[in-house]
Amino acid sequence: MTHSPSDSLISMQGAGICRNGRWLVRGIDLSVHAGEIVTLVGPNGSGKSTTARMAIGLIRHDEGSVTRRTGLTIGYVPQRMSIDPTLPLTVRRLMTIASRHTRSAILDALQVVGIPGLLDAPVQHLSGGEFQRALLARAMINKPELLVLDEPVQGIDFAGEIELYNLIQDVRQTSGCGILLISHDLHMVMAETDTVICLNGHVCCTGTPEAVASNPEYVKLFGQRAVETLAIYRHHHDHTHLPDGRVRHADGSITDHCHPDDGHHHESAVSPSENVHDHA
Amino acid sequence: MATITNLQCRPLKTCMTMLDDFFIRAIIAGSGLALTVGPLGCYVVWRRMAYFGDTMAHSALLGVALAFLLNISLIVGVFAVAVTASLVLLALQSRNALPTDALLGILSHSTLALGLVIIAFMTSLRVDLMGFLFGDILAVSRLDIAIIYVGGIVVLAVLIAIWRPLLAATVNIELAQAEGLNPERARIIFMLLMASVIAMAMKIVGILLITSLLIIPAAAARRFASTPEQMAVYASLIGALAVAAGLFGSLKFDTPSGPSIVVAALTLFLLSLVTYPGRKPPATSEPGT
Repeated sequence: MTHSPSDSLISMQGAGICRNGRWLVRGIDLSVHAGEIVTLVGPNGSGKSTTARMAIGLIRHDEGSVTRRTGLTIGYVPQRMSIDPTLPLTVRRLMTIASRHTRSAILDALQVVGIPGLLDAPVQHLSGGEFQRALLARAMINKPELLVLDEPVQGIDFAGEIELYNLIQDVRQTSGCGILLISHDLHMVMAETDTVICLNGHVCCTGTPEAVASNPEYVKLFGQRAVETLAIYRHHHDHTHLPDGRVRHADGSITDHCHPDDGHHHESAVSPSENVHDHA
Repeated sequence: MATITNLQCRPLKTCMTMLDDFFIRAIIAGSGLALTVGPLGCYVVWRRMAYFGDTMAHSALLGVALAFLLNISLIVGVFAVAVTASLVLLALQSRNALPTDALLGILSHSTLALGLVIIAFMTSLRVDLMGFLFGDILAVSRLDIAIIYVGGIVVLAVLIAIWRPLLAATVNIELAQAEGLNPERARIIFMLLMASVIAMAMKIVGILLITSLLIIPAAAARRFASTPEQMAVYASLIGALAVAAGLFGSLKFDTPSGPSIVVAALTLFLLSLVTYPGRKPPATSEPGT
């Protein structure tokens, strides 16, 4: 997996976002190339969505650099999206919200995500899983160069989840687009992902899943059981981001920022009563 | 204050002699306005902007007062103040000091009050205040009809031009922005369209009732539409029907025209809520997979 920086769709160096004197994310290095799947994992509030939104320019970075290839076309599935009940919208109309498509192209796209029968259903009547599939079909129908999927499998059951991740993999192979994927569920995306970036307000660790999985740091990070049995992934961080932006470490010391070598996540060092980022 | 107490909603029957002429003018002007307002009203409902529309409408009275004071055209004064009010709102919103509904309340009522105070100060001027607040169909001239139709066609043409980005932004603003649709520009243009429509609607239904002409036909149309475009068209037609029914009612019962139009619209809305036997229930999705 060798890429020169120039052929990346999106590239970020040392990027960070500061709001009201607090760094939401900081020191993010990330790049996505055509045909590559990059997955952001991390606990709730670790800045996964913020990082993705910064990458596609929805929020401006306050430090570092964010560059997108000129004329880059993006397909986006936002994390939380609800459609006002007063807006009459069928799945068919949802598919053409950003650009025009023929009926057969729409049907094909819905067929791919497994909901061809819902063409004329009002979106407000879809189940959570059906709605996510429709959103995924909508993002893909425009054949974008970059797909940004923020928790695309939320509300979808286990079997459907595997199916959708296989589908995302297929899309990458057939269309050659780059994919920036956000997931709270690392082991589900392991097989399909080229690069994993673990966030906790900063990049904790990064690399190919294989390289990361064989790394002792990774075992510490995700727990021996998760690695061996692909059991539920639990994630304890060894430090807590305090409301004032400072960081409390497992040994009780408080510093202004995370250290660059943070990522030594000692599960055993954290007691459950502490306000650690916990994530199942 | 004498100027205010003398003013009344002029009942239609007092002008029986010119009935045919003004009545036809009123219907032509009113339905032209309703056709224009329908699609905009849908966006007001979808985007939950009812109080925003109200605020822009209330600020119209300040526009009227300033137009008299500066001796400029009423429509220009109302348009300028409505646009200014929405810009002030955007500026205050970005400071995050107060919630939007409080800001809207402040802007809405202070602009209305400022307008009333300025008009009261201009003692030399006799202003048909009730006409501005509740509409004055008798005052609709051929020029007004021309303004409503030319303005209406321009408003609808611009709305069609920004339809895709505006609708995408209504569905999800970040999605629209990420996929390069420039929703911010569409939003600002939509605001200008609202200001234009309020300036045009003032004479027909009056400042206090403009928002109802935006919202009620759109709400009545919701039940019958399965796409946004259908709802926009139905809202226009229901609005035009409400104008015609309201004006006939106003003639028959000798009631003020603006409120009569709103009552007619309300009746249509209530009818839209009735379940008809044999009407198929809204399509439901298949069971989840």
